[in-house]
Amino acid sequence: MTATLIVLALIMGGVVFWLIYQTINVHPWAEEGPIGQHHAGGAYSIPAAKIGLVVFLCVATSLFSLFVSAYFQRMDFSDWRPLAEPDILWLNTAFLILGSLFFQRARNAAVGSQVDGVRNNLLIAGLLTFAFIAGQLWAWQGLQEHGYFLSANPANSFFYVLTAIHALHILGGLWVWSKTVFRIQNKTEIYQVRMSVELCTIYWHFLLLVWLGLFALLLST
Amino acid sequence: MAHVALADKEQELAHPKTWIGMYVWSQDHKIIGIQYIITATAVGVIALILSGLMRLQLGYPGVFDFIQPDEYYQAVTMHGMIMIVFMLTAFFLGGFGNVLVPLMCGARDMAFPYMNMLSYWVYLLSVIVVCASFFVPEGPTGAGWTLYPPQAITEGTAGADWGIICMTVSLGLFVVAFTMGGLNYVTTAFQARTRGMTLMRMPLSVWGIIMATILGLLAFPALLVSVIMMTLDKTLETSFFMPAISSLGENLSHEGGSPILFQHLFWFFGHPEVYIVALPAFGIVSDLISTHARKNIFGYRMMVWAIVAIGGLSFIVWAHHMYVSGMNPYFGFFFATTTLIIAVPTAIKVYNWVLTLWRGNIHLTVPMLFAIGFIFTFIHGGITGLFLGNVVVDVPLSDTYFVVGHFHMVMGVSPFLVVFGGIYHWFPLLTGRMLNDTMGKIHFWVTFLGTYAIYLPMHYIGILGVPRRYYANGTTEFLPDSVQSANVSITIAALVVAAAQFLFLINIFWSIFKGRKSARNPWRATTLEWQTADYPPKHGNWGKELPVVYRWAYSYSVPGAKEDFIPQTETPSRYTKGEGDV
Repeated sequence: MTATLIVLALIMGGVVFWLIYQTINVHPWAEEGPIGQHHAGGAYSIPAAKIGLVVFLCVATSLFSLFVSAYFQRMDFSDWRPLAEPDILWLNTAFLILGSLFFQRARNAAVGSQVDGVRNNLLIAGLLTFAFIAGQLWAWQGLQEHGYFLSANPANSFFYVLTAIHALHILGGLWVWSKTVFRIQNKTEIYQVRMSVELCTIYWHFLLLVWLGLFALLLST
Repeated sequence: MAHVALADKEQELAHPKTWIGMYVWSQDHKIIGIQYIITATAVGVIALILSGLMRLQLGYPGVFDFIQPDEYYQAVTMHGMIMIVFMLTAFFLGGFGNVLVPLMCGARDMAFPYMNMLSYWVYLLSVIVVCASFFVPEGPTGAGWTLYPPQAITEGTAGADWGIICMTVSLGLFVVAFTMGGLNYVTTAFQARTRGMTLMRMPLSVWGIIMATILGLLAFPALLVSVIMMTLDKTLETSFFMPAISSLGENLSHEGGSPILFQHLFWFFGHPEVYIVALPAFGIVSDLISTHARKNIFGYRMMVWAIVAIGGLSFIVWAHHMYVSGMNPYFGFFFATTTLIIAVPTAIKVYNWVLTLWRGNIHLTVPMLFAIGFIFTFIHGGITGLFLGNVVVDVPLSDTYFVVGHFHMVMGVSPFLVVFGGIYHWFPLLTGRMLNDTMGKIHFWVTFLGTYAIYLPMHYIGILGVPRRYYANGTTEFLPDSVQSANVSITIAALVVAAAQFLFLINIFWSIFKGRKSARNPWRATTLEWQTADYPPKHGNWGKELPVVYRWAYSYSVPGAKEDFIPQTETPSRYTKGEGDV
């Protein structure tokens, strides 16, 4: 469970440190009065959707780190026979990196209010991501043909499960992506989709990081 | 910089006109909270009846033919899982969380009302799936609530085919539902607070609920991971957890899997789960005690830090559930130490509750009775927890009724007393009527004394060595006859306590229609939920303008004040309203 503990320690450490920093010098029992007198008042200027996404990313981080912990623990048993990762995974990784890059370009275009730039970059990013998913399916197909079945060995089982869970997260992202593209095609004003584009970009960067981590893990073991 | 853009977007709230839009597919946090409360209560009644069946068998073994070993184990399993996950977690976070967080923070609704609605409906689906397992071939799983493989998915255990699948699927759905709800509670508390509602002016109920939500968001993935891998072991014959094993004389295709890996994952969720249930109870009980003792909570800042510290520590104690699973003695030492360290912030909280009561103007209202009852049962359950946290004491007591007595006191009875106290306290807010006082007091005394009659003897028979999870003790030489007498007495007490819960349900139904109309703010509380524009609050909560908060939530019996409480929204006499606002 070491991997999970490190990740969760970082998250919880962040939460605890932030909360204590926010509360250390505050004496609510002695302070009364209009806002501005003692505190800046209510909430923070970060949009709710962005906070929601960041919290969700923490949940997803916890999920993946637990799978990785389970992977390490199961790996120690004698029946573990590492599988040879298909070469296509390198190509898929390139697709995902490029997808992330084009999302970043779409986000920059959205900040600059360039509708065409947002649309084109978003479409390319989506296509690259579909290519990634197709590539992952191809990899599965290849493994099946070479006899690396799901239940034949725990290394295989983990390979399929990790890639499937990651792909499911990507599919969830693609659903939001398709809604955003649809809204842009319907000539929605750019400021109304700016947030969606930005959130998609953060999400894609996150899933790229997760994939790089998983890929490194699969290659190294 | 003050920023209340989200909190003040009234025009963006959906205001449906139809009955179905308002009360079924509702996006109003209060209605969703009530939906959670009703569903959790319904499923809690099922779990209560199951515990009655278990007690009938244990008190009168062999008398009731319809309780055979399989049915007994199914009742044990479903009682545990339903009570912990589908009842208490859903009630505290889905129920109280939904009703209280936006109201106490001064928001119009949750940050993402649509996702909040989805959260309830996915939760309902998970409840339907888990209840459906009563009707599948061979019935629900009888693996015990911990669902340990290999026995959970091996032939010979009740419900090893369909029952366990229903259970894992419903748990998966529950995690999805909880995540959608949890994102809402956290985001609302951090982003949608009204002006003046700084973090340290939030009532402790909100602190407890939010910290529990953070724990849930980080810990429930462990449950999800374990049920996904177990479902694959069951359906596609992988070997994540399943070792090479023969079942009913036949070698199964599994090999090399690690049941201990499941235990690690399960308890990595399972222990924070204790605090997911306990922290909201801590928060709510603090508010009840302060309000009904007319005194500010003692050591507010310590209370907040204790909640945060308990939340952090709860992630590094999970293996104390696994002392007898076999582990490196140094690990045992580590986990025993961390477990005992949690007693420090927990004890701080208990001292602060007692010191809040000290020289307070205590009103023994029904919510207060439940709150004080909680302090008793929680100290009791907490102290037996110190016994079990030590490896050398745990080993002989492991899997005996001592453990059953301990965890029922600490995370069964204690949170339930807070659930009841919370309902008696906030029922007027949601319905505009008071619950009947006499029925409430009968409910309290029977429940409080009755649970002692149930769980105190369990500690004794546990020390004698009576193992838990046994369908019948049979003739065992080391157990005296008095154990059976104790079991009869426990069963009778359990049935009486169960009957008292039905009195409580009658009280609720009766009071919704016939209860005494409550005055505005009947408990004379300071917190925001009682200061709404309409009473009971309508959709949108605050009328045209959001409230402005001028002080913390515990201004009770302030020297020199006109009344013995000053609402958070009351303009300080020294200032005119609006001055200095930014």
